[in-house]
Amino acid sequence: MLTKRIIPCLDIKDGRTVKGVNFVDLRDAGDPVELASVYAKEGADELVFLDISATEEKRKTLAELVYHVAENINIPFTVGGGISSVEDVAVLLKNGADKVSINSSAVKRPELINELVAKFGSQCIVVAIDAKQVNGHWKVHLVGGKVPTEIDLFEWALEVERRGAGEILFTSMNHDGTKNGFANSALAQLSELVNIPIIASGGAGKVKHFTDTFKDGKADAALAASVFHFKEIEINYLKEQLKKEGIPVRL
Amino acid sequence: MNIVIIDYGAGNIQSIKFAIRRLGFEAVLSHDVEEIKNADRVIFPGVGEASSAMEKLRASGLDQLIPNLKQPVLGICLGMQLMCNSSEEGKTKGLAIFDLDVVKFPKSEKVPQIGWNQISGLGSKLFNKIPDRSHIYLVHSFYAPLGKETIAISEYAVSYSAALRKDNFYGVQFHPEKSSDVGSEILKNFLSLC
Repeated sequence: MLTKRIIPCLDIKDGRTVKGVNFVDLRDAGDPVELASVYAKEGADELVFLDISATEEKRKTLAELVYHVAENINIPFTVGGGISSVEDVAVLLKNGADKVSINSSAVKRPELINELVAKFGSQCIVVAIDAKQVNGHWKVHLVGGKVPTEIDLFEWALEVERRGAGEILFTSMNHDGTKNGFANSALAQLSELVNIPIIASGGAGKVKHFTDTFKDGKADAALAASVFHFKEIEINYLKEQLKKEGIPVRL
Repeated sequence: MNIVIIDYGAGNIQSIKFAIRRLGFEAVLSHDVEEIKNADRVIFPGVGEASSAMEKLRASGLDQLIPNLKQPVLGICLGMQLMCNSSEEGKTKGLAIFDLDVVKFPKSEKVPQIGWNQISGLGSKLFNKIPDRSHIYLVHSFYAPLGKETIAISEYAVSYSAALRKDNFYGVQFHPEKSSDVGSEILKNFLSLC
């Protein structure tokens, strides 16, 4: 049986992990490769690296990072952050990334999805969608959730699927950072609307939130950052609890 | 050991190279007929679309070479699918090593299948020391049904071939290079085949 995936997300700036990382057993808490190895050993099913740097050297640094991650990690990983062209993606895949995630660039120019799918295949194109519920309507937001648009989340999800994306990574701006649980009703709606896997993101605070997002939110995977970085939840423990709840996981 | 990964411009080859390096070997990328013929092990990767991948193989004459190789050959993901008779993807003929026709998953499940699934019915040295129901990582929309060459079974909407074998030819639908320690062990088994 296909299992539900647990995906830690690492924020990267200039080739280093940022935000607090609270692993006593790390020699260098900022080293993405070392942190990724720990997660892989603890049972993470996949990893997401989100590059938030804005320097000119960004592309080269990111390609080098991808190369070192691929060299050392034997589970799949996705790279996102500022990817906007076929060339950007070619470099990352060539260096060993399994998938790339695009966000604002796809909203600005939706044909980008078709171009990437035609060149690299659906299986490696993840479209990340940040959305916020305003007056009962889920609206897509850009630039890490800062810039609102008039685009409806569900219409955009359908378009993304039609254009050939392999997966959708949905982050609820209403839930992100709250640690009060995932946006399960929107997630369930999305999951029934489209026929590609949905990764839930935003709101993880405790084990029950993961159980709920798989059961009520019908998510195929769940992504989180701080609960893993600060060891509030250990991945092995999380997956054991999910198994007890009857959710299929890889242990 | 001389390990060649067939380079025909398809797929995430870097990860396979790294996985082999972690086992203590170096693999070279090549599309050179002589170099491939003379290798001790041949890995036939592939990610992407079937009909365009077949076109690339035909353009370089590799479609004639691969079915005639004598050493152990391992097709991975699309590589395995191309070793079958045909694929529904792009309605293309395959290399006809495995007597199966690759078809698309039904819409009753999400397509592509992405993630970790289990393998069972393991019947080959390729799975030496691999426990039944081990988890492996897959990303695919098309599958090879069960057949006489099936050496591992997985389930997603249907029971399908997670791995195939005929003589010196092996194919795996999953990505051993991304399947954690289980995947490394399977690659190690492939390198140890005699």
